[in-house]
Amino acid sequence: MATRGFSGRKPPTDNGERIPPGQYLEQGFPVLSAGPTPRVRTEDWSFTLKHGPRPIKKWNWSEFSALPLTRMTRDIHCVTAWTKFDTAWQGVLVDDILADAGITPPTGYTLALSFDGYSTNVPAKDLLGGKSMVALLYEGKPITSDHGGPARLLVPHLYFWKSAKWVNGLQFTERDEPGFWELRGYHIYGDPWREQRYTDDP
Amino acid sequence: MSEVPQSPWQAASITRIEKRTPRVTSFFFSLSRPFVYQAGQHVDVRLTAPDGYQARRSYSIASAPGKGEAMEGATIELAIEKLDDGEVSPFFHEVAAIGDEVELRGPLGGHFIWSASDGGPILLVGGGSGVVPLMAMARQREASGSKAPMTLVFSARVWDEVIFRDELVDLDGRQDGFNLVLTLTREPARRPMHHSRRIDARMMIEAVERLPKAPALAFVCGSNAFVSAAAQALIDAGVPADLIRTERYGV
Repeated sequence: MATRGFSGRKPPTDNGERIPPGQYLEQGFPVLSAGPTPRVRTEDWSFTLKHGPRPIKKWNWSEFSALPLTRMTRDIHCVTAWTKFDTAWQGVLVDDILADAGITPPTGYTLALSFDGYSTNVPAKDLLGGKSMVALLYEGKPITSDHGGPARLLVPHLYFWKSAKWVNGLQFTERDEPGFWELRGYHIYGDPWREQRYTDDP
Repeated sequence: MSEVPQSPWQAASITRIEKRTPRVTSFFFSLSRPFVYQAGQHVDVRLTAPDGYQARRSYSIASAPGKGEAMEGATIELAIEKLDDGEVSPFFHEVAAIGDEVELRGPLGGHFIWSASDGGPILLVGGGSGVVPLMAMARQREASGSKAPMTLVFSARVWDEVIFRDELVDLDGRQDGFNLVLTLTREPARRPMHHSRRIDARMMIEAVERLPKAPALAFVCGSNAFVSAAAQALIDAGVPADLIRTERYGV
């Protein structure tokens, strides 16, 4: 059913295939978060890989930023309906984090954890095979605190709330455990191409 | 026969339109499937072009659910600011008329919410149209008969852009524990105890001091720049970061 008098701004067809259903193209880089922006200094920063409550390995900033850096340029999709093309990141692939810790995924599920208490669940398979990184640079510069710096998770093929800002750890869990927004009405998986925005979406 | 899942979208028709300020107009929607909601929640609105193209945006609910904690509402109010380069808000401001139907989905959001059982004191800090979900909280306090102390610090550019101004001044005048602290950033203050500057830590300290005890929760809503500054001012005023909930309009 068409809305009377609405024509909209349909994106050009060459872009249409890059924009998931219900999204619009955004040129800026909007900021969203559930609380105040934490100012995390790199000297206070650390990243801990855990299996359940048990730490497997912990890195400080200089140790972590000495891991191999990989470039990823990807389109990103926020559940609030904006899509931004070609965002350019550099960081440490989750594959390389696991390799440095000398482990293979002990379970099929993870929770990404953040300095501000935020968490979000991502299946292990969505983090591996070059699909995801802990990003340290955006467009060649340190990520600003508004955008999750000094380090944020980047899982660009899922809605962007999965790309946890101010990330400080990754925890393997036995089950798929909902994180902060997943407990507050948002979809457990969050695939933008299937429009998995809210809990009751298929 | 397999069961056909009910679409989460529902038709909602406009029953009333009320201009709030030069740039903000309230649209009242009659819901075809009334839902239970809480103050602070939002809905997604979806418009469809003749060729099938759809645009969706999120809007905070300005109305209060009613007497209970989370009451079913048959009509909700959305206060929509006109964004000159927008795609959806110009439709509402330039085209939409009483009787028009749009699609609507909700209620959404489970974090930026307040109900009377959450108690207080509550500090609300809003910038511009960021006042909308905070208005729902102020209205819910009144509608539910809550005595939770609540202070709204509301920053607007000028007196004529103060959304819900008469209603807020009236709520403030009842002296039943709701306080309005208005600050105008481009005009002199119009009322005693109000301000004429951007929100800062001193203003937050004064707002906290007007509450009978430290706030149990603070809700901050507005543009990203506003929320960043106001949340930092609250932290500088001694409000713990984990008591501060924010909603950013993304721009």
